[in-house]
Amino acid sequence: MTAATTTGLVSYEDAVRRYDPVLGIEVHVELGTRTKMFCAAEVEFGGEPNTQVTPVSLGLPGALPVVNGKAVEYAIRIGLALNCTIAESCRFARKNYFYPDVPKNFQTSQYDEPIAYDGWIDVELEDGAVFRVEIERAHMEEDAGKNTHVGGATGRIHGAEYSLVDYNRAGIPLVEIVTRPIEGAGERAPEVARAYVQTLRDIFRTLGVSEARMERGNVRADVNLSLRTSPDAPLGTRTETKNVNSFRSIERAVRYEVSRQAGVLDAGLPVIQETRHFHEDDGSTSSGRVKSDAEDYRYFPEPDLVPVAPSREWVEEIRASLPELPVARRRRLQAEWGYADAEMRDVVNAGAVDLIEATIAAGTSAAGARKWWMGELARRAKQDEVALEDLSVTPAQIAQLQSLVESGRINDKIARQVLDGVLAGEGDPEAVVVARGLEVVSDDGALLAAIDDALAAQPDIVEKVRGGNQGPVGAIIGAVMKATKGQADAKRVRELVLDRIGR
Amino acid sequence: MTNDLTRLSASDLASALAAKEVSSVEATQAHLDRITAVDGDVHAFLHVASEEALETAAQVDARRAAGEEVHPLAGVPIAVKDVVVTKGLPTTAGSKILEGWVPPYDATLVERIKAAGLPILGKTNMDEFAMGSSTEHSAFGNTKNPWDLERIPGGSGGGSAAAVAAFEAPLAIGTDTGGSIRQPGAVTGTVGVKPTYGGVSRYGLIAMASSLDQAGPVTRTVLDAALLHELIGGHDPHDSTSIDEPVPGVVEAARQGASGDLAGLRVGVVRELSGEGYQAGVSARFEESLEQLRALGAEVVEVSCPSFGYALDAYYLIMPAEASSNLAKFDGMRFGLRVEPAEGPVTAERVMGATRGAGFGDEVKRRIILGTYALSAGYYDAYYGSAQKVRTLIQRDFAAAFEKADVLVSPTAPTTAFKFGEKLDDPLAMYLNDIATIPANLAGVPGMSVPNGLSDDGLPVGFQILAPAKADDRMYRVGAALEAALQSRWGGPLLSQAPDLKTTELAR
Repeated sequence: MTAATTTGLVSYEDAVRRYDPVLGIEVHVELGTRTKMFCAAEVEFGGEPNTQVTPVSLGLPGALPVVNGKAVEYAIRIGLALNCTIAESCRFARKNYFYPDVPKNFQTSQYDEPIAYDGWIDVELEDGAVFRVEIERAHMEEDAGKNTHVGGATGRIHGAEYSLVDYNRAGIPLVEIVTRPIEGAGERAPEVARAYVQTLRDIFRTLGVSEARMERGNVRADVNLSLRTSPDAPLGTRTETKNVNSFRSIERAVRYEVSRQAGVLDAGLPVIQETRHFHEDDGSTSSGRVKSDAEDYRYFPEPDLVPVAPSREWVEEIRASLPELPVARRRRLQAEWGYADAEMRDVVNAGAVDLIEATIAAGTSAAGARKWWMGELARRAKQDEVALEDLSVTPAQIAQLQSLVESGRINDKIARQVLDGVLAGEGDPEAVVVARGLEVVSDDGALLAAIDDALAAQPDIVEKVRGGNQGPVGAIIGAVMKATKGQADAKRVRELVLDRIGR
Repeated sequence: MTNDLTRLSASDLASALAAKEVSSVEATQAHLDRITAVDGDVHAFLHVASEEALETAAQVDARRAAGEEVHPLAGVPIAVKDVVVTKGLPTTAGSKILEGWVPPYDATLVERIKAAGLPILGKTNMDEFAMGSSTEHSAFGNTKNPWDLERIPGGSGGGSAAAVAAFEAPLAIGTDTGGSIRQPGAVTGTVGVKPTYGGVSRYGLIAMASSLDQAGPVTRTVLDAALLHELIGGHDPHDSTSIDEPVPGVVEAARQGASGDLAGLRVGVVRELSGEGYQAGVSARFEESLEQLRALGAEVVEVSCPSFGYALDAYYLIMPAEASSNLAKFDGMRFGLRVEPAEGPVTAERVMGATRGAGFGDEVKRRIILGTYALSAGYYDAYYGSAQKVRTLIQRDFAAAFEKADVLVSPTAPTTAFKFGEKLDDPLAMYLNDIATIPANLAGVPGMSVPNGLSDDGLPVGFQILAPAKADDRMYRVGAALEAALQSRWGGPLLSQAPDLKTTELAR
């Protein structure tokens, strides 16, 4: 039995008061290339098992790998975005181990010569605090096939009757990004871990190197965690929780390991260096295999491949073509839009940056765009439990709606009815206004008739207003608005009423 | 025109085909008949592809009849070493672990052979996974040396060499990791060429040691080797290590060399590749060949390559290290033999173990164990790392030697063909067969073996010519000149002195 099962969990708050957590995160991202890392097999999600294969990705006798140039370019893009140095020359290496999902019984990876190294990335936490994570290396490798264990209750290999292997995934290009020890996160370690992976995910998407869909396993994280008694103490023994594949799980896995390791240390026991599995259902981790020196991958330089030596010109070309990264973009947009820090943070957290940018591009003011997306639209998205971007209204339609309000053709209240129409698929705001007859009544003649009717119906109020008390005038205005079905401009009605009464 | 089509060189047969004096079907059938007649004894072939070969031959004949432009070697039959994958033809690499496996794809060199219209007669025997110097390590029985059926045909490509020497094929493909084309050539009186590393695509060669393996021609004449070299050589985008340059003008060099003028050529005799350990008859023939080269106008100089003394040691670390990884894929999971453990649970790991235990022969296991050890943490620097340093020193020795000489020469193998079983239980003695051929593989330079006479025991001896990387044409020039001079002295090819093989009556 391992120590973990014999010691209790320490509450997270207590644990981080007495121990300093140190993180180390390995992120694997599947590159969105058309073909695999070392052969021309197509890469497409969800194909029939073992249809996207060649002699190379099946590891057939005689087959040889050839490096996918696009994958190298993507790896360089990632390296540059993470402020890494790009190697002038680097080699692939063979990582030798026997497992049925590795068709050659070695994985072609990079060992002591990664394509990118010594970088960093700034990670923004939800409250806007910025945490810098240092990157040790980013290297290229190939994915393994996918095992399915059939029979048995757990879907795991133990108790299974037989296992199936799908080699469609074998050979898909991966870039593995390894951080240096992440120190100083303190109690915010879970949040930093999550934000780091989220930042990488956003970068992958912005760079166009991967669809980076967590739920498809495009991005997979292994989270290393150790505790020490103080920030000055040497690093403690770490555990590696494998394949934590959602942002929330990353946060939970870190919290759990902090609590668990604190319990082990409190009991005076050593933390065992091992890989651990994360359990989605209760957020716990459990012991996997013990990592010891006995595990010998017998790395040696891959003799079937020549070194990858990206020319400096090419690297600079790629650097020049890098798109603006998410953090830099957010900073630029905030300055352009004049939002306060808190406002911008809310916009980012609501996932409304792109929507607001597009709405502004369609002619709306920054304040107007924010008012819609963070107000009425946020409310409706929440009510319907959908993401903002999934509402059936476009930024261009919102811009048109706002312009209708600003030109006085409709008022705010009508605008919400127009939005109803747009969301119901009745077309653009203009079309909805016309079809529903919602245009503001701005014809004074029509209004005066309604006002005269209202005044005649409520002589007592007319008297009070004449007497100098403007308070009750609202009742008259209300009657007029009711008579015009809300389509009158309330401000104009008020002017006309007061004028009529003679005030 | 001899009545026996199997006695023609490939170039003469090609001329006869081009002149429509014979058809490819006739030529192919003649070789298939010869295989039927003698291969019961010689056992050069593991698989004979009669139907497919005749079909290709008929297609070539039809194309020729229709006046189509065809490759100069179109219609000339060829044998392919069983380590090269051939779509639709069984490919075993001489191992039980691949028995019955039929590859779904062709090696690049096979694609080129097929595109040029050479009928493939079949697959030739070899030491298992090309590990050996006698073909005794084949899982499917010994190939006999046509000069003496009691003796080994060399290895690992004993099948290809014996097939060519026994007139079962005019051309064959071999592979050479430490001498497996050249040493069988020497002991069977045939020509064998290991091109510059990267000169011929390795795509579809079942790898032993990726950084050393190279495919090349096995023939009876230097010109035939050049013709085949030109066909299979050249860049292949499927092999990252293949050279992206045109094939050196080997055919031109062979034709030019046959004129016999070597004036101005500097021939370097490698001091470390002669003397002790070389059979007297081998040394004597070597000296006579040097005299012959001088007579043709060459200047013979002595060069020293001191690091060659460590070549065998370095080779037996690098080769097994790479082989241990290359052979990991043979695990019973996807293709080939699958053996379930006799008792206990049937897990993937245990099936892999049982399959490899049953499927690999002793020599293969020996090398996998050696290589696994050499790559292990804590030993890597001392073994694999040191061996790579020796490799660099050997490359420097070659570079220095090629400053003093245009080509380097030595005996190809220290002895003539030995008897079956003589060295089977002494791996180190077996490994010494490759002492002269291994340096070229470690440096990636090209090498050729040309027959240069018979030793005192009446068995053939080979003369090795080495050239700088990508200067393969140089050794063709020298080889062709020596061949022409020796044959005029002998009054014909060396192989015409080989004893007649007993033939089995055709049942046809």
